[in-house]
Amino acid sequence: MSANVDIFERNVPDQTNALREATVGIAGCGGLGSNIAVSLVRAGIGRLILVDFDRVEPSNLNRQHFYLSDIGQLKVEALSRHLTAINPDVRIHSHPERLDAERTPIVFREADLLIEAFDRAESKKWLIEAWCAAYPDRPIICGNGLSGAGDTESLRVLKMGNITMCGDGRTDMAIGLSAPRVAIVAAMQANEAVAYFLKCHAACRAASEREREGR
Amino acid sequence: MIRVNGELLEWTEGMTVQDMLNKKGYDFALIIVTINDRLIPDDEYEETQIPDQADVKALHIHHGG
Repeated sequence: MSANVDIFERNVPDQTNALREATVGIAGCGGLGSNIAVSLVRAGIGRLILVDFDRVEPSNLNRQHFYLSDIGQLKVEALSRHLTAINPDVRIHSHPERLDAERTPIVFREADLLIEAFDRAESKKWLIEAWCAAYPDRPIICGNGLSGAGDTESLRVLKMGNITMCGDGRTDMAIGLSAPRVAIVAAMQANEAVAYFLKCHAACRAASEREREGR
Repeated sequence: MIRVNGELLEWTEGMTVQDMLNKKGYDFALIIVTINDRLIPDDEYEETQIPDQADVKALHIHHGG
């Protein structure tokens, strides 16, 4: 079936080619990670590396991309199924494990870019440090402050070299999590990833054009 | 002068990341610090000196994902 349908017909110019060869790592497949993965597969990302040790619980369904029938299953497995139901050609590497700083560079060795989608602040911190130490030239896109409801205007993107932070930089999950606000930040992270690959693609094309002209 | 999260802060010779955090009153348990877009690991705050004119970011990290 996949060979006969083109789900990317409405993509922006160059998007399909730029994203097909790209590999994105996603650390955490909860509120941010599951929604980011869906966004990236719809956008046309060719390969995903998913890591999460957890199983789907009823309390996840208020914001995470899972269904009642997924309850009790490993998040990476349920999510892989949903993603390949959107695009059977997407290549997914699932790791049902509790990640740590030491495993990070190994598990995500083939990722061109890493998405930080953990829920605990401590984990976010060691992930950023481990990634930047191992792969200082590869971007990491993080979620920081996405709790509560409303207050859309405070959500923003901050860039510090290869580290991008999406969110309000202020709210903590103790105040509760609401589907739309989590999904907005997830979409901001996915959007930043797409923009990065489009920019790389444009730079590669410009370089090869210069090469041809110089010949 | 240096900039910390966009705000000017007076620079002093030998100023470390920890000095800057103290001056700004940033005592968050979990913080990400960059100097001119380079990440400074947690265990280097005491020894890493901030150069004059540096662009520093110090962001509090929050639970939620």
